[in-house]
Amino acid sequence: MTTFHRDVWTVFVREITPVLRQPMTLLFNMVQPLLFLFVFGSLLAGTGGPGGAPGGGSPWQWFVPGILVMMCLSGPLLAGWTMLTELIGGAMERMLVSPLNRTAILVGRTLKEFAVLLAQAVLIIVMAVPLGFDLRPAGVLAGLLVLVLFGVGLGALSYVLAIASHPGGDLFWAVTQFLMFPLLLLSGVLLPLDAGPGWLRAAATLNPVYYLVEAERALFDARFADPAVPPGLLAAAAVAAIGLILGNRAIRRAI
Amino acid sequence: MIHARGLTRRFKIKGGDVAAVRGLDLDVPAGQTVAFLGPNGAGKSTSLRMLTTLLAPTSGTAVVAGRDVTADPAGVRARIGYVGQKNGAGDGFRARDELITQGCCYGLSRAHARRRADEVLELLDLLPLARRTPGTLSGGQRRRLDIALGLVHRPGLIFLDEPSTGLDPQSRADVWRHVLRLRTEYDTTIFFTTHYLEEADTMAERVVIIDHGRVIADGTADRLKDELAGDRLAVTPAEAAGVTRAAEVAARLAGAAEVTVTGGTVGVRVPDARTAMPEYLRALDAAGVPAASAEMTRPTLDDVFLSLTGRTLRESDDARPPADDAPGTPAETPTRSASDAPPTGRGGPVDPAGGRAPDASGDADTSGTAAGRGAR
Repeated sequence: MTTFHRDVWTVFVREITPVLRQPMTLLFNMVQPLLFLFVFGSLLAGTGGPGGAPGGGSPWQWFVPGILVMMCLSGPLLAGWTMLTELIGGAMERMLVSPLNRTAILVGRTLKEFAVLLAQAVLIIVMAVPLGFDLRPAGVLAGLLVLVLFGVGLGALSYVLAIASHPGGDLFWAVTQFLMFPLLLLSGVLLPLDAGPGWLRAAATLNPVYYLVEAERALFDARFADPAVPPGLLAAAAVAAIGLILGNRAIRRAI
Repeated sequence: MIHARGLTRRFKIKGGDVAAVRGLDLDVPAGQTVAFLGPNGAGKSTSLRMLTTLLAPTSGTAVVAGRDVTADPAGVRARIGYVGQKNGAGDGFRARDELITQGCCYGLSRAHARRRADEVLELLDLLPLARRTPGTLSGGQRRRLDIALGLVHRPGLIFLDEPSTGLDPQSRADVWRHVLRLRTEYDTTIFFTTHYLEEADTMAERVVIIDHGRVIADGTADRLKDELAGDRLAVTPAEAAGVTRAAEVAARLAGAAEVTVTGGTVGVRVPDARTAMPEYLRALDAAGVPAASAEMTRPTLDDVFLSLTGRTLRESDDARPPADDAPGTPAETPTRSASDAPPTGRGGPVDPAGGRAPDASGDADTSGTAAGRGAR
């Protein structure tokens, strides 16, 4: 084990310990996606829903991947918030003045986001099965992998934003609030974009989340050869790469 | 332990740039306790951040704990402890968990880090609070936890940035009791910043005063007071009419300076009040203006600051011109008037936390001025 791995492990253990001590916080942080799953999902299913997905599955087949993407958007996007509070307080400074590898600070924190996201996604899927979600293990596995790839990148970008917002913090809220809903609404998470006007569909093509959602729907249906898969995978990989590169640069220069 | 040469840091701000620290030269031998004293915005924290690798110097060099801060920051980081102005423990993390993490950050194995966490918890009387999160601790307890975090890896040199600011007098005394133990029991080199005069005076064996980014005085508190401020005598003649005559007599004392007359009282600055006072009283008798009352005061560090800059530390803090870049600092221009000398001379109103617990000040007075420590 190199020093780098050890440092990543140190940061990861620090971040995950409070979660392990109080696992219920995982559920509390999922209130919003769970509400959407049970309330909005049930409404959608009641209308017959946009279930006309190729493969003819239930509306849940269409909706559950969307909810997972939604969760993957809000969690990691706000991951920087905890870092920002530690930047404004003294905890980050205390670590930056230690010999801890700075890239390891980013990677360790990101790994924690990864673990939490994975656990939450599995929970959502487990809860969706009784509602009528058709579980296809290989597809779910592939879908989750692409999902956390995206989440990791978004989490890293959130850290960049946190460091850039230091010491005021206002910038962080302004940007995340400004981004959150357009990204969500222009992704077709809640309702299919096909029903929208042309300009809206055009705007969605600029949104990486849109490609991710489309790919997730195909993957969760185990349609691995679907043309929607490569763009989604590419979008997730690009976000991950950009996030990690910028994140690493930001944390090395931090403070 | 610390060797800084020409350490300078400039910050870019709107409409130009400002030097927060200008050419800091500093040598601190191992085992010394140094107070870095100055008003807000004087450059204390910026200096500290450069010495601890948190901020790159614009120019100049610093070797801290044997490593160069620019060439080998990782080497410096591994060898020093740092307690910043803010609380080091993260919200939502238990005290002991954070201490274990801290040990791991410094390369200890998890088992070793656990052992050290328990040791520092005990050292700082925090064992009963090991499972608490910072939000549930009092200000003084949090500060002790911060210090514990700085000590997990047994650094030979520890930097404390305003360790007691914002604490009530009792918590301050408590924090200092623990810090002073480091010195007596572990021979740790301690470098702390403060804007409490009294702390610099009693806790440190050496005081470095900084103003406008420059060191303006450096020495033991006693030496600075003797050389830069001097003692003050205040004598009230039995008859008010004798005041003028008494002032003339005062001016003829050996080394007398700054003779003032306030009301019916003559004030005079002398190098050593203990010998000057009997001499002055005898001279007054001989001149036929016997004294009704006499008082002598040791100067405070504020008097030292006043005589160096023409303002008191308190005034500087109130005015608070951070990064004041006025050309030419008013050094060596004692311009004190009769009216502002007496209040600062008593030291009472200068320090907001004069009412410290008596046990700590007793400890500190004896160890704080231990002359032999520097030579060790």
